[in-house]
Amino acid sequence: MHEHPYGFLALFLGVAIAFPLIMLGVAWLWVRFFQPAKPGARKNATYECGLAPSGDSWIQFKAHYYLYAILFLIFDVEVLFLLPFAVAFTGLSTGALFTMLVFILLLVEGLVWSWQRGYLEWK
Amino acid sequence: MSESAPAPLPAPPRPERTEGFPAAGNLTDVEREELRRHGILLTSLEELYNWGRSNSIWPLQFGLACCAIEMIAAATARFDIARFGAEIFRPSPRQADLMIVSGTVTKKMAPQVVRLWNQMPEPKYCIAMGACAISGGPFKQGYNVLKGIDRFIPVDIYIPGCPPRPEALLHGLVQLQAQIKGEKLKGPDAARHTRPEEPSEFPVPEYGAHDLEPPKNPAVWTPPEPQGKA
Repeated sequence: MHEHPYGFLALFLGVAIAFPLIMLGVAWLWVRFFQPAKPGARKNATYECGLAPSGDSWIQFKAHYYLYAILFLIFDVEVLFLLPFAVAFTGLSTGALFTMLVFILLLVEGLVWSWQRGYLEWK
Repeated sequence: MSESAPAPLPAPPRPERTEGFPAAGNLTDVEREELRRHGILLTSLEELYNWGRSNSIWPLQFGLACCAIEMIAAATARFDIARFGAEIFRPSPRQADLMIVSGTVTKKMAPQVVRLWNQMPEPKYCIAMGACAISGGPFKQGYNVLKGIDRFIPVDIYIPGCPPRPEALLHGLVQLQAQIKGEKLKGPDAARHTRPEEPSEFPVPEYGAHDLEPPKNPAVWTPPEPQGKA
């Protein structure tokens, strides 16, 4: 039978799945038979270079950063599209022009919104 | 046969079969050596485990004082701790097997050292490197120096010196390897980390107004009896 040129990837995938499973299985058996698990509050505490941990390591990032994301899209990412749009402006089909205008409209909407809310003010 | 031939020595007693543990050590060393000469390598899970463990001791990467400079020198090309498999200094206690207390432990630093020790997973070992880590060394009379890290955590190897040279650290490491190779998995003299009753964490002292509180862990260290008291 003809061997598939990418057949070795299936082999890699199999090994990549089996290897960690074997490791975890051996570790599980080891704990079961030889070395009892000894968790503890101090042992499992967040590692902060030896200092007393202050709080959990699963902290929540501030959701307010979404403003920066929106403004970044408007002022930075949009330029990436506007420049080729301006270069190819005369040769565009109606559909492409319409799509591009919708895209710009969506971002301009965000700009108007953040301008009205005063987010463009430097405080 | 003449009668003057010496009687054959009695065979050394065969070690007891360890209860509940398969294929561990009911061959004498002589028999094993004989087999090894014929190209048959017999080993047990215990030996294999200890062999692997003792040749990949990963130390925790932290230094406290001048001894740390010697520890760094031991890791460089001239002394090359990698020859003994211990070159992977881990920046996190979660991945470390060995804590080298390299230098003066001040009372302000001691809680952090004990906390790091607590956060290391078993099996873990501790080397007290240098006079300060052993007993306070030249700063023993100082108000701010802990008189030996063994007041709070169990120390396996003591390396004297002020500071000990890198060769001394390597010697200590080889001694630790020998200790690990002799550890048992089961039985009455089983290794520390295999016993469920052994504590996995030790109380972290507080940095108090006058001293550490408590100043020692009585489960680990008791003051030596005064000598020559008449």
